[in-house]
Amino acid sequence: MKAVSDFNEQQDIALAQWGLERACDYGATAAEVLILSAEAINAGVRLGQVEKLKNSRERRFGLRVFVGQSSACASTSELEASGLKRFIEETVALARITARDPWAGLPSPELHPRAIPDLNLNDFACGLIAPEKALELARRAEKAALSFHPAITNSEGAEFNSSRHLVVFANSQGFTGAYQGTSYSLVVVPIARSDSSMQRDYWYTASRHFDGLDDPEQVGLTAAKRALRRLGARKIATTKVPVIFEPEIAAGLLRTLANAACGDALHTRASFLVDKLGEEIAAPTVTVVDDPLMPAALGSKPFDGEGVACKRKVVIERGRLVSYLLDSYSARKLGLVTTGNAARGVGSPPSPAPTNLYLEPGNYSPEQIVRSVKKGLLVTELIGFGVNLVTGDYSRGAAGFWIEEGEIAFPVEEITIAGNLKRMLLDIEMVGNDLQWRSSVASPTIKIAEMTVAGS
Amino acid sequence: MNELTQPQSFFLERFGLSERVFEKVLDTALERKADYADLYFEWRSSEFISLENSMVNRTAKNVTQGCGVRVCAEDRTGYAYSDEITVERMRLAAETARLIADQSGGSRQPVAVGQLVPRHNLYALKTLPQEVPAADKVALLDQIDQVARRIDSRVKNVIASIATETKLVMIATSEGKLAADLQPLTRLNVTVIVEAGGNRQVGFFGGGGRVEYSYFLEEDRWRRYVAEATRQALVNLEAVDAPAGEMTVVLGPGWPGILLHEAVGHGLEADFNRKRASAFSDRIGQQVASPLCTVVDDGTLPNRRGSLNVDDEGTPTSRTVLIEKGVLRGYLQDRLNARLMKMPLTGNGRRESFAHMPMPRMTNTFMLAGDSDPEEIIRSVKYGIYAANFGGGQVDITSGKFVFSASEAYLIENGKLTRPIKGATLIGNGPDVLKRVSMVGNDLKLDEGIGTCGKNGQSVPVGVGLPTIRVDGLTVGGTHA
Repeated sequence: MKAVSDFNEQQDIALAQWGLERACDYGATAAEVLILSAEAINAGVRLGQVEKLKNSRERRFGLRVFVGQSSACASTSELEASGLKRFIEETVALARITARDPWAGLPSPELHPRAIPDLNLNDFACGLIAPEKALELARRAEKAALSFHPAITNSEGAEFNSSRHLVVFANSQGFTGAYQGTSYSLVVVPIARSDSSMQRDYWYTASRHFDGLDDPEQVGLTAAKRALRRLGARKIATTKVPVIFEPEIAAGLLRTLANAACGDALHTRASFLVDKLGEEIAAPTVTVVDDPLMPAALGSKPFDGEGVACKRKVVIERGRLVSYLLDSYSARKLGLVTTGNAARGVGSPPSPAPTNLYLEPGNYSPEQIVRSVKKGLLVTELIGFGVNLVTGDYSRGAAGFWIEEGEIAFPVEEITIAGNLKRMLLDIEMVGNDLQWRSSVASPTIKIAEMTVAGS
Repeated sequence: MNELTQPQSFFLERFGLSERVFEKVLDTALERKADYADLYFEWRSSEFISLENSMVNRTAKNVTQGCGVRVCAEDRTGYAYSDEITVERMRLAAETARLIADQSGGSRQPVAVGQLVPRHNLYALKTLPQEVPAADKVALLDQIDQVARRIDSRVKNVIASIATETKLVMIATSEGKLAADLQPLTRLNVTVIVEAGGNRQVGFFGGGGRVEYSYFLEEDRWRRYVAEATRQALVNLEAVDAPAGEMTVVLGPGWPGILLHEAVGHGLEADFNRKRASAFSDRIGQQVASPLCTVVDDGTLPNRRGSLNVDDEGTPTSRTVLIEKGVLRGYLQDRLNARLMKMPLTGNGRRESFAHMPMPRMTNTFMLAGDSDPEEIIRSVKYGIYAANFGGGQVDITSGKFVFSASEAYLIENGKLTRPIKGATLIGNGPDVLKRVSMVGNDLKLDEGIGTCGKNGQSVPVGVGLPTIRVDGLTVGGTHA
């Protein structure tokens, strides 16, 4: 494939400055420009054959303007000068009809980083992976899954993704920053079949650097084992038992927790963590950290969506909620200081989000945790959206394994697990030592003392 | 009227394109041994205005445009897109997309584009919602906040938003077909947060469709949204723990039709069935539901959120019977799968945007009305739950297990609705759940126009509908065991 043109950082910085000047010409009292360029390859195989190949290129211009305390956000991919001028003028006009919000505004200038830290987010050596190689990697992973066991008879395929992007950010108070990044991922979805049942599962690997990926064969093998072990799953009777969350599932719980700890949910009073700063909200075994500066990590960034310097923060320290995740707006609203967690799409206003979020590992191996359960449930998949962030009520569809006398007994499905997040966090009895980074949110295995399992 | 109402000339003039350009790019795309190629052009402008804490403090406007080139060869698809619509970019995209085809070229007639696809006319609007001044929308949101707070002093916050979108698409195919459409979409959302004695609850209501902005003002529709959101939040203040276990479930009319979307709709999308990855694979002609159940997918309902004049491959949408009196009749098709399965097109080839390949997707999916009086259905239940409103749902296509989460539900005791219960997830088995439908109400209702369906990372607007139904045995995921 031909490289059409490379990212041009200097050209985008110049365009950003030009945009800021135009916004001020039209009456903006402050402004930010964010320009995102991205290129991606997405290669899929199924049953050994090429299924799809996708190549994409994008370059978007995002703008946030303030007219006093009123603001508006906009984005466009029409980058020709006269059209862009009209677009900037319209955005300023949109801001004028927006309410004067006493908490609106750019972050304090002293919060911008003096120098942009190099977080090693870009794999300069590998860049975008060529289609032939991407297809080959996907093919290897799927082959490993399909040849693992005769019961793996079908597949939804395997996909290799490679992307690179350039972020250019500038605001009217003199901050300009830019960074590039790459990311690579490989996912396999095999299907296992027995006489009575058909099950699929998946496994994946993802990294900022090509060399950081797991072997395709290893990914395929893990996916195959995961699909295979689900065959013969059955429903169980309704009961209350200890519930163990596998790392991927526990990471999902962390994501939910992070959403509830985000400033926008808090200042709108739409979170069960409202007014809980400084309080014990989880078991003493629980310490949760958000660290945007981890080198080469998937959620890392040198500055946030408002150009604020990023920093590591402990969110929950041995059970106590010690920090929310904030952008400058929600911080002002709550009488706090931004934590540098502003995330933003090119065309939407900043809002807080976690970066690299993890639960610090504990002392138990996953096997020890399973052995500690007389009768209970190991959850390996959750589906649905049954989480109420306002109340903490939690009820989701689950699949996994029944545990009997400390041993995995049989696979289960068509059940739900339910509780309330407030109680579940306090009930985290054991934390595993198996923390592994596979996405930007990571957790070891955890055990929750008791939840309601609904079945037949 | 403005240029947007003529989508075809909009694209041709704005980007300096012509039928000859399409032919050239499509010929490039088909240079290797391929079956089919198409070009998808999209221009979309969207506006979002929202209120929270009694202030309309967020406004956003986004314009996107791009062109995607697709090449299909047997079951392989090559796709490339760019957000720069120029002849050079399209040619490069065509060269990339054709990489999936074998080198040995077949002899082929040059493409001749020009045959206009007949299409429905389901949402011709006098005024596009986006052209209504933003100031009018700001005023409505302010009014919504005031009205909600006047309903009850326990209302502590109102979050409301108006989203409008104007989308123009044009599709040119290697079969020579050309289709273009203007697809407006609007939505008004109201979320109310109430607090009493340390108990905080949320209620949500919203609606819209491919309608004029004045739709929200007619019949005091927006006031109803506010009243409903507030009522749901207040009901939830009284809610007790939901029961856990398998029991009789009565689903109210309208949005609870999400049951059909998750339990059978996804499982009947042709891609999963061609790959034999669906719990419904190879089951056409079999009894998969009680004889009371007839389920259709209909993309031709005027002004509905899930409706389209043509799908994203240029095929006019249609009404497809999925289940007829309990018997599985058909799948939802896109071009690739219909060709490989040798089945007719149904107009269900959809994509989120030019950045995505089309897939078989639902439009408006609903069950036809039955004979039962809804009151009588509730009276028939000794113990169970009545679910009136839902949040989202999800399905595992392969195992057939699906969930959907109630946001407003009540206990039924001795034929009467007694106490409201906390939200709970319901879980069932797709190929099995509709066999347990023992009563179907005469009150079919379509949802208010809030559905968005996600599949393989692509979101598209959809609709659902349901009469009141009784399901004898569905697992309710409460905490009260």
